[in-house]
Amino acid sequence: MALYRKHIGRRSTRRIRNAAIIVILLLFAAATLFPIYFMIISSFGDPVEAAAMSYSLWPGKISFASYQFFFDYSTYSLRWIGNSALVAGSVMITNVAFASLAGYAFSRIRFKGRSILFSLLLCAMMIPYQVTQVPLYILIVNTFHIQNTYGALILPGVVTVYNIFLAKQFMSTIPNEILECAKVEGCNQLQIYLRIVLPLSKTVLAVMAILTFMDSWNTFFWPFLVTNTMDMQTIQVGLKNFRFANTTYFAPMMAGATVSALPMFILFFSLQKYFLEGVTVGAVKG
Amino acid sequence: MTTPTMQTAQQAKTGRKRRIRGDGVWGYAFIAVALLVYAMFTAYPVVSAFFISFQHYKPLGSTFTGFDNYAATFRDPLFWKSIRNTLLYTVLTVPVALVLSFCVAILILPLKRRLQTTFKAIYYLPVVASGVALSVVWLWIFDPMPAGIFNRFIAVVGAHNQNWLGSSATAMFSLVIMAWLSSHGASIIIYLAALLGVDESYYEAAELDGATFLQKLWHIVIPFLKPTTLFLLVTGVIGSFQVFQNAFLMTGGGPDNATTMVGLLIFNNAFKYFEYGKAAAQSLILAVIIAGISLFQFKFLGKDVEY
Repeated sequence: MALYRKHIGRRSTRRIRNAAIIVILLLFAAATLFPIYFMIISSFGDPVEAAAMSYSLWPGKISFASYQFFFDYSTYSLRWIGNSALVAGSVMITNVAFASLAGYAFSRIRFKGRSILFSLLLCAMMIPYQVTQVPLYILIVNTFHIQNTYGALILPGVVTVYNIFLAKQFMSTIPNEILECAKVEGCNQLQIYLRIVLPLSKTVLAVMAILTFMDSWNTFFWPFLVTNTMDMQTIQVGLKNFRFANTTYFAPMMAGATVSALPMFILFFSLQKYFLEGVTVGAVKG
Repeated sequence: MTTPTMQTAQQAKTGRKRRIRGDGVWGYAFIAVALLVYAMFTAYPVVSAFFISFQHYKPLGSTFTGFDNYAATFRDPLFWKSIRNTLLYTVLTVPVALVLSFCVAILILPLKRRLQTTFKAIYYLPVVASGVALSVVWLWIFDPMPAGIFNRFIAVVGAHNQNWLGSSATAMFSLVIMAWLSSHGASIIIYLAALLGVDESYYEAAELDGATFLQKLWHIVIPFLKPTTLFLLVTGVIGSFQVFQNAFLMTGGGPDNATTMVGLLIFNNAFKYFEYGKAAAQSLILAVIIAGISLFQFKFLGKDVEY
């Protein structure tokens, strides 16, 4: 931290400097948090058409009528949240299971073709998703005929290359002696994976689980493509439909947006450490 | 003629071989699901995209048309417009995001640990909100009525009411503003982590030479953070070239295609006009462009970066 002078003279000078820094940071924070603030306070307004009102930047009164309006729009509104939770939960579990298995194999088990297969996987990370979107859509809809099912929503995301990479990176730091010892003791690879590698990788797998859940919850594009009835849609797709069906209803739209974002906010505030760790886990080492 | 030592060596060798082969089975078993998912939902679609791009695709019986889809794409003025739009968007958003997050990270640095974490959390918060939710909110912030938040804001500065998303003069700029004020949380955290990794002794040596804050910043921090900057630049540009969601949800590419970016153009060709062949061809062109730009950045900016 010695980019800044430690001995800046009097203590009061340093105090003033830090206070100035905090003020600037808070101003920037206000700018980036404004949309979220605006979303939440506006969601407590009355569900009237926007032409009749002007937006208030201060919470005037607190009414849940707009939330009621949002949930009354479709009989499936609550199911959207359930669908999102189901899809995100499944994708989270399969990713942690299969990415950790593959990550362990790629980092610690020697087998023929290992490095070629892994470089093949890495190539996938460089391909923009636009390339796969059309063939993937054709595959799911025309070949498998599973359009508008949970299978269509979950299968393509069962395990991502990024997560395999993350697991491999971490697991190659586990000291070799531990694994060798287990082998000498007569453990087979499955036992080593279950009893030693998994417990040692708890943190990185928690990070992976949370980020995967969040990505899946927030994803819009794929569920939008492969669902066509309201009962199968996720909250993001539902919110988009609500917006196009009620273009002038300001407060209910904000209520819907809050509903779609709130679960992630709660998750973030309760598991903040893992979220923040997750950002650097993939980046700094790479 | 084999001496006993050679024999044992050979035995050990076959023994090791057997063990490796035994492990090999585990290895294949462990990657089986990952490989299957990859083959089915990534590798096959990529190969398939290649074939589709040479076809006039129809569900029952496509016809092979050679390079027609590529030729049509390069003749299409809308394709060039979308490339221009994408470039404009990238040039206006990515460098600003880098500078902003760098400055914020520098400012967070001298604070106490707990304050650092608090600010990191504050700046990261918008990342966890879904893009759809934020696009809904920004739609209202850009409300063209005088009561709209942004119109009220510029009225304070004395500017006139704008039809932000509805006029081709301001639509792209509106998306850029949205990107500026969206979250830079991830980049800030990555920069801060890199800043905390700078060895104290560099600063101490510089201080002995009487270096000022700005000199230290210029001669120590910026060179040291170059790999981080390169990483953020490359990933930022790649992300920006694939941008789709905000344009799709906020402007639909309009007005007059002023915000049609390549990602949206491909989407429209595929799922609005059902021109799968054309969409596939354009997506492969996009992949080549992205690969080219990334390579260029590594080559010219990464020259003295060590990994």
